[in-house]
Amino acid sequence: MSRLLAVYATAIYAFLHLPLLILAIFSFNASRFTVWEGFSLRWYRAALENSQLVEACRNSLVIAAAATLVSTCLGTLCAYGLWKRRSAPITAGLYVSLVTPEVVMGISLLAFYQWLFRYLDVRLGLHTVVAAHVTFCLAYVVLVVLARLRTLEPALEEAAMDLGATEWQAFRRVTLPLLGPGVAAGAMLCFALSFDDYVITSLVAGVDSETLPMVIYAMARRGVSPVVNAVSTIIVFGLGILVLVAERLRQS
Amino acid sequence: MLAPAAVWMAVFVAAPLGVVAAYSFLTRGPYGGLSEPWTLENYVRLADPLYLRIVARSFRIAAVTTALCLLLGFPLALFLARSGRRKHLLLALVILPFWTSYLVRTYAWMFLLRDTGLVNTLLVEAGLIEQPLPLLYNEGAVILGLVYGHLPFMVLPLFAALERLDRSLIEAAADLGARPLQTLFRVVLPLARPGLVAGALLVFIPCLGAYLTPDLLGGGKTVMVGNLIQNQFTAARDWPFGAAVSLALMALVMLGLAVFLRRGGERFL
Repeated sequence: MSRLLAVYATAIYAFLHLPLLILAIFSFNASRFTVWEGFSLRWYRAALENSQLVEACRNSLVIAAAATLVSTCLGTLCAYGLWKRRSAPITAGLYVSLVTPEVVMGISLLAFYQWLFRYLDVRLGLHTVVAAHVTFCLAYVVLVVLARLRTLEPALEEAAMDLGATEWQAFRRVTLPLLGPGVAAGAMLCFALSFDDYVITSLVAGVDSETLPMVIYAMARRGVSPVVNAVSTIIVFGLGILVLVAERLRQS
Repeated sequence: MLAPAAVWMAVFVAAPLGVVAAYSFLTRGPYGGLSEPWTLENYVRLADPLYLRIVARSFRIAAVTTALCLLLGFPLALFLARSGRRKHLLLALVILPFWTSYLVRTYAWMFLLRDTGLVNTLLVEAGLIEQPLPLLYNEGAVILGLVYGHLPFMVLPLFAALERLDRSLIEAAADLGARPLQTLFRVVLPLARPGLVAGALLVFIPCLGAYLTPDLLGGGKTVMVGNLIQNQFTAARDWPFGAAVSLALMALVMLGLAVFLRRGGERFL
């Protein structure tokens, strides 16, 4: 029985991981067709020489960095607040932002921006994308940081305050250092989510804020290209390392 | 401490949904803009058989995906719950793909399934088929992509439920003469029910509103509610109708969330 389960589990692991592995292997294929013709880095070179891809990658990095910074700060404070004092409306808001389908969040932000632009002199661009990304990342940061907070001993902060620390000092000097790994894990997951998003980004991006997933999507719609295989491999490898580190931190 | 996040969500979650709610009662203007009068027409249009078919298809695809995830995920969760010290590593291997680019993972299936993809190439070379099979751009491909993307959501709560399960109950059932399958259906499954319900909802809810997978693997032929919404806001330029569809979808999603929170789903927050 348990042998059978192990064989079965191996098959599921293959199903989960083989598609990406095969994609990665074929990104090193010298041929542009699905026939192996020998090892080559030509598609990686082609990707790096593609200025549209490089530009989009720069945009994606800037957006992900900014969105991570803002949502990690907001999310950590929010998790801390919720840990101290439950708040039904905030929790409800976080749940709603977690379950809202991406396409609905995208169009609602688009509709909101368009309405706002009647009164403000701004246009769609990197900033609108960053704001959208902060919105869908926020709940994930709260989730990860709150899970970490719940493993902490509340008496530590009380002790600090008994010894004369203000609430802010107790948070800054006692809780935040203990929370460090949780915050770092939340930030890394945020970065991964933001860097990867296509659906919401494509709806709220301006003409000058094309991101890497948008370029990959456009290329994928036109058909499979070995350049996309190469870029995909880089992304999966990069995000994979980031997430493994985050998972390590979360469980430390 | 809560104020910054509260303000952020009021501005970027509540207000946008409010705008969409207001738009859903307006009329489409002559050039795709918004105009008065206020009307319920957009919601009435949802009953048009053309759109009902899309809603029905979305439900069908989400239901089949959930069932498949359950069938595939349950034995895996059982395996994980019993795998002792390596448990966390093996669990991480299930979750890892979830965090690494959904877009790339969907694209990987395009690479495998298209006419000149790896599967068809291998089958043709092996002489099993002469013409490539139409594996991509159909409902089957969409379901495959969704199962692939959502399996971790099913495995995690099932694993949590099975791990908590008292093993002496299984031994007791065996001592009392239950066969393994009887133990599974009469003891293990009823006890794992909260995890089952949570996993099913965690798969069903996002699949109902899926956009990217039907778009890429369905090739625009397998239209789901998410694609309908996106289309109304882009190509069709009928924002009021798109807004009404969005609100209807949100209502369904909220219903799913309410059931999830009521029925033993883990409180993440």
